[in-house]
Amino acid sequence: MEENTQNTTDVVIIGAGPVGLFTVFQLGMLKLTSHVFDTLHDIGGQCTALYPEKPIYDIPALPEVNAIDLIAQLQKQIAPFKPIFHLGQQVTEITKNEKDWLITSSTGIQVRAKAIIIAAGAGAFGPNKPALKNIGDYEGKGVYYSVSKRESFKDKRLVIAGGGDSAVDWAISLADLAEKIYVVHRREKFRAIPENVAQMKSLSEAGKIELLIPYQLESLEGDASGLKAVNIISFDQEKQVKRIESDALLSFFGLSARLGPIAQWGLSIENAQINVEPTTCATNIEGIFAVGDIAHYPHKLKLILTGFAEAAQAAHAAYTVVHPDKALHFQHSTSLGLPPTEA
Amino acid sequence: MPTITFVTVDDKKITVEAKSGLTIMEAAKEEGLPMTAACQGSLACATCHIVVDESWYDKLYPPSEEEEDLLDTASDLTNTSRLSCQIPLTEDLEGITVHLTPIIE
Ligand SMILES: Cc1cc2nc3c(=O)[nH]c(=O)nc-3n(C[C@H](O)[C@H](O)[C@H](O)COP(=O)(O)OP(=O)(O)OC[C@H]3O[C@@H](n4cnc5c(N)ncnc54)[C@H](O)[C@@H]3O)c2cc1C
Ligand code: FES
Repeated sequence: MEENTQNTTDVVIIGAGPVGLFTVFQLGMLKLTSHVFDTLHDIGGQCTALYPEKPIYDIPALPEVNAIDLIAQLQKQIAPFKPIFHLGQQVTEITKNEKDWLITSSTGIQVRAKAIIIAAGAGAFGPNKPALKNIGDYEGKGVYYSVSKRESFKDKRLVIAGGGDSAVDWAISLADLAEKIYVVHRREKFRAIPENVAQMKSLSEAGKIELLIPYQLESLEGDASGLKAVNIISFDQEKQVKRIESDALLSFFGLSARLGPIAQWGLSIENAQINVEPTTCATNIEGIFAVGDIAHYPHKLKLILTGFAEAAQAAHAAYTVVHPDKALHFQHSTSLGLPPTEA
Repeated sequence: MPTITFVTVDDKKITVEAKSGLTIMEAAKEEGLPMTAACQGSLACATCHIVVDESWYDKLYPPSEEEEDLLDTASDLTNTSRLSCQIPLTEDLEGITVHLTPIIE
């Protein structure tokens, strides 16, 4: 999608949650440009990933708004400032040069910026991984958290773990292709579309899928070439262990957030939050600011409302980093107006 | 002010006087015990997973459908696993013992 892997902007925003998005707006009103990174393929952070359909009641002047609609409105509000999004990639590295920062992502995209605003929420969203010993050794070699190529599971023996839509949908979709599918779940009920659950059950009666209920994952077996077997343990008093020879484990336990590389940048971090000076959102590193859920100071409220105000504070403070020699002439949005949009 | 005993992952017992009205998750956080509770009790993360002492499990209100759904995503689930943000501390839970679970990095 991006031809140019080396870009320059005023500010890089890490995290495209509601607060990261509104930061684009606040920077834009000060005529600062920005690039935004997120590990997820969609913008919106927790609002999109965790509760898109839930109504939010405490956004000022919006008596009720669904989380997904709040994100759509923010997207519209920031569009005039033409932010550049780098989605589906994690910011893994930041390095300070003489004049600016070089920000590098997991897909190799690099952006130069004068300042960085971290709006990383509870951390980068990624697959919620089951706590199994050595699971990391098999990732990509038999353990998968998503399906990128259906065909790669042709004639394979698959263990699918989880009780949600992903587990059910993939069990159905791969039933024809795979040699054998085992679905491991800890209870009878699946939290998935009832029609699909019914279809999975009828495939299991036809012998295409074997439902292993109530079981949960216990351990993995394999060698350097990859996964060989998955051990499961019954979710009852018996605690029976079963060994399933399999070529792949598809693990579907939803999303979880992890601080990840941010913890290695020398920032002052406590309980997965970055300490900031509340009036500027400045961190202990010059040129780096933190806003939203990840920013911490005494009596911090982790609310979208609070994050929006922090975005404004941080944008003003970042201005003096981007333009150390320019005075910031304050104007309300009513005087400033918005940049003209092309027809 | 119910007393509650937390058993840490390395088997240390920590007994605290919690303010009633708080959830077990909030009591753990107030005490600074290791628990992520990423979604602050909005039933969206399962990082407040605890294992309730067997003798106490049946004295709790049973988990809601939503809590069960989210428990599906927790690691090392047991038959007395609960999400601690869903358990308000009331006087009748005086003396309850719960086990913390490992924080997943
Ligand atoms: C169920 C639920 C209900 C809620 N209800 C309300 C409510 O009614 N009112 C309210 O005000 N708040 C509510 N909240 C809280 C609110 O959603 C958060 O306060 C808000 O999402 C914080 O926004 P944020 O932009 O700071 O972070 P997030 O929304 O957490 O977004 C952070 C983003 O940063 C990304 N990221 C992190 N690290 C990296 C990296 N290294 N590289 C790339 N990307 C990275 C993450 O993938 C994520 O998408 C609720 C939360 C939940 C879970
Ligand atoms: S704190 Fe997230 S579910 Fe309890």
